[in-house]
Parts: sequence; C-alpha cells; structure tokens
Amino acid sequence: MAEPMRIRATMAGDVADVKVLMNHPMETGTRKDAKTGQLIPGHYITEVTATINGAAVLNADIGPAVSKNPFLGFKVKGAKAGDKVAVSWVDNKGDKNSTEATIG
Amino acid sequence: MNALRRNVLKSAAGASAVAVAVAAGLLKPTQALAAWNKSAFEAKNVGDALKGIGISGPSDSKDITIKAPDIAENGAVVPVEISSSIAGITGIAILAEKNAQPLVGNFGLAGGATGFISTRIKMGQTSLIRAVVSAGGKSYTSAKEVKVTIGGCGG
Repeated sequence: MAEPMRIRATMAGDVADVKVLMNHPMETGTRKDAKTGQLIPGHYITEVTATINGAAVLNADIGPAVSKNPFLGFKVKGAKAGDKVAVSWVDNKGDKNSTEATIG
Repeated sequence: MNALRRNVLKSAAGASAVAVAVAAGLLKPTQALAAWNKSAFEAKNVGDALKGIGISGPSDSKDITIKAPDIAENGAVVPVEISSSIAGITGIAILAEKNAQPLVGNFGLAGGATGFISTRIKMGQTSLIRAVVSAGGKSYTSAKEVKVTIGGCGG
C-alpha cells in the first residue's frame, strides 16, 4: 500500500467512465524468491467495491490472476459530473485501502 | 450456509486452524469466514469455477465483445475489456481457460453500472479468455483466444 489508489472519472454523454489503478503486488503464491528459493506467499486483493454518491455500483471478487497493480475500468449510466465515486479494496491478509474522487 | 463456512466448519482441522489463527490475531473473525469465494477461485476447470459462482450452462452470445490482444507480449499483464449490450446485466465473470485456476474475477454490477469491465490479467499460456455475462437470471458467454509467448503466472 505504498502509494494511494488513483481514480479518474469523466463523463462521456450520460455515462461516467471510471478508471482505477490500485497499488498491490497481487502475488499468486506460486512464485519463488530468486535468492532464497522459497515460495513467496499469496498476497492479493480479493474484493473491490465502488459506490457513486454512496450507492453501490460495483462489487467485484477478484483473485491472484489479476495483474500486479490492478487496473479496473467500469462505466455508470446516469451518473453526473460532481457525483462522488468511492472505490475500496480488501486483500487476503485483511489489508484495505479506499479512495474517492469527483466525477469531472 | 455458504459453502466456505460449511467446509471450514466441517473439518475439525479446519475449525481449529481458524481458531488458532483468530486467537493469534492473524485473522479477524469476520474475515476468516468472509465472502471470498475460495472454491470458485481455486477450481481447476471452467465448469467447476462457474458452478462455484452459481452459473451453469451459459448460452453462447454474439452480444458480448471481448477486446484483448491476439498475441500477448507479456503473459503477466494482458489487457482484457469485456463489453455487452445485453439488457439488465448484473454480473460479468472473466476466466482464462488454461490457467491452473481459470476464474480471474467476478464483477457484480448494480445501479447504473453498464455491461463493461476493463482490466489486466495474468495468463499462464495460450488460452481462450472467456466472459460470462449474467442478466435477467440467465447467463451468456463468449470467448476469444489470446496467444501467449511468455507465461505470466510465475512458478
């Protein structure tokens, strides 16, 4: 969680285009440490949720096959410029992060 | 009771391992039995993965577009975009059929969220990328082959 999540949300017609970049190693648990030969334990985001003005729009279960530093794009019809989009995630170790942005 | 709770509670070893982990502060009680669908994500084939998320027999649909490279330069980061205009979409699942564990993500959509998900996934080898769209209580599917030169799952 070294860097905060980044969100960009812009309107295209009446659809909000939301792009999120999360900071996370997304270790599968099958990779070996090059120096020690030990398996690097699995460490990955398991759930991502997004709301617009507090109402749920996305509830995603993801696993270690999502690439490191997960990128997620989704679209919401009927959102408006000025609405608040909030995204949060939880990982398999119980770590979490969240951030908020205003739709531009 | 969901499958995960049942499985964890069923085995004495499972129950005590969870209890030890909770006592050691490694697992908070709600998270120990939280909603992550382990059986679906650890399923080793598409059928079991779909069953794990409550889907069986999705029908092929031409109304699902999968945008992904024909050849992935880097199997660790394959951009995949699923879009569909099927009415009333409530979920999109993405699977990489030949990954050791095919289910990549299950995206539940609500409110005004449209049938669109864009993300980047790991692929272990050349495989079909399959999208399964849930709408109106039914499920629909389409797939596209992505060739992978260097696999991206490590190990």
